[in-house]
Amino acid sequence: MSDANTPQGTHPGWSDSVALALVQPIAARPGPLLPALHALQQCFGYVPAQAVQLLANELNLSRAEVHGVITFYDFFRTTPAGKCRVRICQAEACQAMGSAALTAHAKARLGIDFHQTTANGAVTLEPVYCLGNCACAPAMLMDDRLYGRLNAERFDALVSAEVAP
Amino acid sequence: MITVYVPRDSAARSVGADEVALAITQEAARRNLPVQLVRNGSWGLFWLEPLVEVATPGGRRAYGPVTLADIPGLFDAHFLQGATHPLAQGYTQEIGYLKNQERLTFARVGLIDPLSLADYRAHEGLVGLQRALEMTPSAIVEAITTSGLRGRGGAAFPTGIKWRTVLNTQATQKYVVCNADEGDSGTFSDRMIMEDDPYTLIEGMIIAGLAVGATQGYLYLRCEYPDAWQVLNEAISTAYAAGVLGASVLGSGRHFDLEVRLGAGAYICGEETSLLESLEGRRGQIRFKPPLPAIAGLFGQPTAINNVISLATVPVILARGAEFYRDFGVGRSRGTLPIQLAGNLARGGLVEKAFGVRLDELLYEYGGGSASGRPLRTVQAGGPLGSYLPAAHFDTLVDYEAFAARGAMLGHGGLVAFDDTVNMASMARYAFEFCALESCGKCTPCRIGSTRGVEVIDRLLAARHKARELTLLNDLCETLQHGSLCALGGLTPLPVHSALRYFPEDFGLPPPDASAHGA
Ligand SMILES: Cc1cc2nc3c(=O)[nH]c(=O)nc-3n(C[C@H](O)[C@H](O)[C@H](O)COP(=O)(O)O)c2cc1C
Ligand code: SF4
Ligand code: FES
Ligand code: FES
Repeated sequence: MSDANTPQGTHPGWSDSVALALVQPIAARPGPLLPALHALQQCFGYVPAQAVQLLANELNLSRAEVHGVITFYDFFRTTPAGKCRVRICQAEACQAMGSAALTAHAKARLGIDFHQTTANGAVTLEPVYCLGNCACAPAMLMDDRLYGRLNAERFDALVSAEVAP
Repeated sequence: MITVYVPRDSAARSVGADEVALAITQEAARRNLPVQLVRNGSWGLFWLEPLVEVATPGGRRAYGPVTLADIPGLFDAHFLQGATHPLAQGYTQEIGYLKNQERLTFARVGLIDPLSLADYRAHEGLVGLQRALEMTPSAIVEAITTSGLRGRGGAAFPTGIKWRTVLNTQATQKYVVCNADEGDSGTFSDRMIMEDDPYTLIEGMIIAGLAVGATQGYLYLRCEYPDAWQVLNEAISTAYAAGVLGASVLGSGRHFDLEVRLGAGAYICGEETSLLESLEGRRGQIRFKPPLPAIAGLFGQPTAINNVISLATVPVILARGAEFYRDFGVGRSRGTLPIQLAGNLARGGLVEKAFGVRLDELLYEYGGGSASGRPLRTVQAGGPLGSYLPAAHFDTLVDYEAFAARGAMLGHGGLVAFDDTVNMASMARYAFEFCALESCGKCTPCRIGSTRGVEVIDRLLAARHKARELTLLNDLCETLQHGSLCALGGLTPLPVHSALRYFPEDFGLPPPDASAHGA
């Protein structure tokens, strides 16, 4: 979900030239930092440490400014995520429909807590606060795909395709 | 050729609309039946999603909720001729939930293919913009003022007054910014407009640009809405190609450019000054006001910043006239509100009604009571910073002032219902947790006080003598209320306090006296 056409996180490892090719066309736009971070995360799957210096140079910012922005926003990761980013809604409407039980089940099923990745690198589990699917709660996102009316069985069916045992 | 509709709205897709659409196409091919599939928007009858419709001579007939297993049976029962079936809902327009609404902002939602500009034009699209192009900026602002439209993002500030300020502020560059951060739990009307009728929003933004003298628009979209991102970008390119956007809007010689920008998972970026910081590429920290964004907003320039629904309502006001819109509603709440029924309700969905509808009508007649079959105990209105209303207050009218009179707020129009299994102490604790999680860090009461709040509630629940902890909690709420720069810290006491006031038994305190409920 970015200006880049590459599917999420497909680029293997950091590359200065790939990053520059993404950032330079954005640099001329007003307020380029967030679009540039989205493009980098889209490409590499996260915002690697090397990106800070590169963005500071290209966008004429201090490294502290770039770092401060990356850490302010929950969506930007500074470490690689698993193959699939599963984000379960924790907000009120989903709570009213059993998101706490669903979350507990998900953690047990995957054997991880929030902000962790399964040992096989398949799934990273994260909380999220409202997905606009509050009439079909509880809800979650798997990468860019929204799901609703979840329960333990439906969660297992959806996630088992992702998690090789 | 028979036209079948299956929504492309992400909520419909989240419960299987894509799979159903594919299966219908395949089954039709197998049976050699000529079917044309349209991916429309959702009508917002979410308990019926995936809702499949078939065009018949008498109108569109609805079937839902359709699962993959139902599809051969639907074909066997001749649903393509609109025949009866256990999932049949009759003519879509006759479904009570929809029929009894007053859909002005949502007039096209569900009806049309969201990305078809031809469909949009065929259903009164661009009429408002055509009118606006023949009016002076001041006359457009006057029409919005007369309509009584108040900001639908939460603060309910009169849109016409805001636009007048931007119009009257001299500058070489002005901006229109659409706030599409929709962070409140229980709300999805912005998402639906963006996915299901994006041209309405684009049209509204162009009219705003004409009114205030801005040639550049930005739409700040939360990154939790990937489908809206796709649809908006596609709609914007189509609008450019058709000359709706760009150097000469509909050939008028007037200029308006529009770009979508993605947020990055910060609730606070829904607050307008934080949003502007974020758009400029910084941490989303609140700015001191004044100056108002209308005077010095994006990149220091005069900026009209409005919620999605505020902007998407502008076209119908121009098309039908300010008086037409103003004649809906009650008191100082004019027009209609797209209300979102969410949480534990049998029939969650979108209900656009004139202001003045009663809460219990929405919860029971539309919502059908709880989804669980248990009694409804409370409703949180207006998002995570809104009050919990007890059942005794379900007679409140949907009206900004009526809600305020009950110490509650209508906000963006989301209603989150809970049945009697809810623990209100944990909801109060969550309100503090959320504040701690989303605080921008600028003021101490919010940054630190929210975490203290979680601890005080834990101690209150554990304590045998609760008086001391209660005093602490009251003091803390007061500090937050008065010592916060913005409403995140300032309003977090609202859900906490209402939970405590109306449901003290959940905190191990004596039940409320009659006066608390009668207020
Ligand atoms: C913490 C906080 C979060 C907010 N979130 C949103 C939001 O997600 N969407 C929105 O339109 N307004 C939000 N607002 C209100 C905006 O600050 C602002 O009032 C609104 O964008 C103005 O547009 P309107 O007049 O059309 O409502 C929020 C306010 C606060 C204090
Ligand atoms: S109240 Fe909280 S979110 Fe608002 S400005 Fe202060 S610290 Fe930031
Ligand atoms: S509260 Fe979970 S999707 Fe809105
Ligand atoms: S004043 Fe907020 S809990 Fe009492």
